[in-house]
Amino acid sequence: MEEVKYTAANYKSDQSVRWCPGCGDHAILNSLHKAMATVGVAPHMTAVISGIGCSSRLPYYMNTYGFHTIHGRAAAIATGFKVANPEMTVWQISGDGDGLAIGGNHFIHAVRRNIDINMLLLNNKIYGLTKGQYSPTSDRGFVSKSSPYGTTEDPFIPAELVFGARGNFFARSIDVELATTQEVMVAAAQHKGASVVEILQNCVIFNNGIHNCITDKEYRADRTIHLRHGEKMVFGKDGEKGLVQDGFLLKAVEIGKDGYTIDDVLVHDAHCQSNFLHQQLAMMDGKELPLAVGVIRDVEALTYNEEIDKQVAEVKAKKGFGSLRDMILAGETWEVK
Amino acid sequence: MLEKANVKVLDKVVVRFSGDSGDGMQLAGNIFTNVSAGVGNQVSTFPDYPAEIRAPQGSLSGVSGFQVSVGTGVHTPGDQADVLIAMNPAALKQNVKFLKSGGVIIVDIDSFKESDLKKALFETDQPFKELGITAQVVEVPITSMTKAALAESGLDNKSVLKCRNIFALGLVCWLFDRPLESALQHLKNKFAKKPAIYEANAKVIQAGYDYGHNIHASVSTYRIESEAAMPGVYTDINGNTATAWGLIMASEKSGRPLFLGSYPITPATDILHELAKRKDLGVKACQMEDEIAGVCSAIGASFAGNLAVTSTSGPGLALKSEGIGLAVMAELPLVVIDVQRGGPSTGLPTKTEQTDLLQALYGRNGESPLAVVAPASPTDCFTMAFEACRIAIEHMTPVVLLTDAFIGNGSSAWRVPEADEYPEIRPHYVPEELKGTWKAYMRDEESKVRYWAIPGTEGFAHRLGGLEKDYTTGAISTDAVNHEKMVYTRKEKVERIANDIPALEVACDADADTLLVGWGGTYGHLYTAAEEMCKAGKKVAFAHFRYINPLPANTAEVLARYKRVIVAELNTGQFADYLQAKFPGVKIERINKVQGQPFLVSEIIDGVTKIMEG
Repeated sequence: MEEVKYTAANYKSDQSVRWCPGCGDHAILNSLHKAMATVGVAPHMTAVISGIGCSSRLPYYMNTYGFHTIHGRAAAIATGFKVANPEMTVWQISGDGDGLAIGGNHFIHAVRRNIDINMLLLNNKIYGLTKGQYSPTSDRGFVSKSSPYGTTEDPFIPAELVFGARGNFFARSIDVELATTQEVMVAAAQHKGASVVEILQNCVIFNNGIHNCITDKEYRADRTIHLRHGEKMVFGKDGEKGLVQDGFLLKAVEIGKDGYTIDDVLVHDAHCQSNFLHQQLAMMDGKELPLAVGVIRDVEALTYNEEIDKQVAEVKAKKGFGSLRDMILAGETWEVK
Repeated sequence: MLEKANVKVLDKVVVRFSGDSGDGMQLAGNIFTNVSAGVGNQVSTFPDYPAEIRAPQGSLSGVSGFQVSVGTGVHTPGDQADVLIAMNPAALKQNVKFLKSGGVIIVDIDSFKESDLKKALFETDQPFKELGITAQVVEVPITSMTKAALAESGLDNKSVLKCRNIFALGLVCWLFDRPLESALQHLKNKFAKKPAIYEANAKVIQAGYDYGHNIHASVSTYRIESEAAMPGVYTDINGNTATAWGLIMASEKSGRPLFLGSYPITPATDILHELAKRKDLGVKACQMEDEIAGVCSAIGASFAGNLAVTSTSGPGLALKSEGIGLAVMAELPLVVIDVQRGGPSTGLPTKTEQTDLLQALYGRNGESPLAVVAPASPTDCFTMAFEACRIAIEHMTPVVLLTDAFIGNGSSAWRVPEADEYPEIRPHYVPEELKGTWKAYMRDEESKVRYWAIPGTEGFAHRLGGLEKDYTTGAISTDAVNHEKMVYTRKEKVERIANDIPALEVACDADADTLLVGWGGTYGHLYTAAEEMCKAGKKVAFAHFRYINPLPANTAEVLARYKRVIVAELNTGQFADYLQAKFPGVKIERINKVQGQPFLVSEIIDGVTKIMEG
């Protein structure tokens, strides 16, 4: 049988997109349409589930099964969906407020359980839909309508939460880098288990330019590094810089300077069971060390939904009940004639 | 074997086992119940246990009780016990109030030493006198007899003492002429993996039985009548298990796989336990990270095409409110089980109440109608769980099943239904011919029910959500008039379920002037009260509601037939208020109790009599 090929258009709904002009979500939506076409799962075998917030409007713009749910709960709803209908490919969309504040509990538990869903975390470090309050990823001292004198709390770093919850897949991209975003989305879809993709997204109205210090074209090459499994960790406009091991830590060096050669530069191993180096890579913030994009960790592990299905099959085969009545009659009963 | 002179013949008897929460009173009570059911008695049980798992040994707060009524015409565990077993002074002190006048108390006299009395806060060394007990007290050296029976068993002292409950059980089996073979079979099942413990218990139960036989001159024994039950296969079942099984039956009859998303909470957790075991029938029961995830995973499973259920108790229902509202808005089938307990807040976690009715009906933001049903007894939990699923799936709506701690933990003998006894459930699937023109919120104009398209079906991909939708296109809509139309459509959809549920029936003396009304788990007590009043020549009719929203279609007509309508319930008047608002022309009187305990039949009779006498 000939394989059906899909194009991005097959995943687009007829609804007009209502995000603000210039919002980073537009680019992410386009990347998702294209990534889905690359993955090639039919639209009717795909479900997109979101919470509440600007980014959570996304399911309406998909020609798949979709559910725009309630604030913070997308991960829990997606978990139930996947367990109930494991043949479907499930995408879950959240923002930083939805996923890490009100939905923080569901987020970490979905990751811990390793339910086979693809979790896109659109991080703009602000509440946009409620018009500009700080979020759990806003930096300490961040001034917003709800923190007029600056916040007095430290933010979550999403990757750190993922590793704290024993996550097996973490990737990162930037909204304007469509190709990278597609690449990590495809990798997330191909990974079996909970795949978390953080996408740095720009809110043009309430937090414009929040990621500029990293994403600005002028210095993006120096402040980010694109990690690819099996490849040297090099960055810079001409790949002139690299990451090396320095004691317990990572260090950015210029290749050919201070005695460092390309042989000293680390090779990325996304499949390494230990997450020690993955954590260090994911925690790089674009200041001393470049912010990592691409697939940082991608390790196979048992998934929640497959293990449930396996257990059901095993127990069913062992007990061999055809029906509820069979099961009851095998227990303690007596007969009245 | 029994000497006639000493045998009392009774329709039914009530036995109450009491002891420390570690003394195994629930096990002894359960076996006695099963054995009685096995000889053809009707049974009704009431486990009354503390919230503490192991309170200090011998203390008043650690007393655990198990009351059971066996015989004929049994609809409740009985107001008061004919026989009370008290394993220690604390149990005696806490439970003597449950003894009938003329009843018999059996105590383990070995546990009535000075230190034991002290732990139970007795002030003198004469506990029976101090409590003013005039009933016959049979002092049995249960501990020493148990030890003697197991002297050569090789078991350590702790294991030996754990068999005391079974000595008491043996004695009670003799007292009520229960066959020991049957009790032994239950013990064998219970200790299937511990043959040494089974052997010890088998020895001890025989010792207890023989002890009774040897002292029979000093105490009456009983013969309990049984009546011919409907032929079939029976099992002993508690309400929570019945609920779980009713859901499975609905899954079989609807062809939709069963999913449970839940979080442990007393007294509902046994539903999760049972469904977790039922992977052998294909059930997927997920213990989620919190109550909210419980309902949300169920909503996800429902969208995905499963028969989706979440189980909880009052505080959990509060946490699930927003999720249930989403299911109302998305018009997805969802069954929410609330095994009610004493509230508010953490309240009385192990005790029973009917105080979540208004929360179930109205506890959500916006106009968010849903169906509410409430089983009448432990075995009725099976039927009403099935009904909750049927209504949810056929009418595309969340349904709250309101059980309570009393019927959830209580048990009765239950006839296992034949394979074809329950109807097929017909999911409201989207018809294939609508492919291409179907919109997510298109509905059947007769029932107002929208169609269910199962994800994975080609040609029916659609988006649902909590935002208001256009009546026709299903797209997001903030149009004022459309919103109002959708609000009334959702309301109408739930109201039209009334066309699909049985009519309200009137029992006892239908021609009376006074109608006693109840709902949910109080059925047994109310029915028994009405019946006893009729027998005593006081005319009372009785109507019991199991369908709360919508109400049966003939409700107004039934209520209008009576001069006096008395609603009795375990809260401050929630159902009475609900009925009064719907039927302002009916004069509604009330009997209420909010003590965390079920009604006593005598309380109902007194209350109704008082109202009737004006």
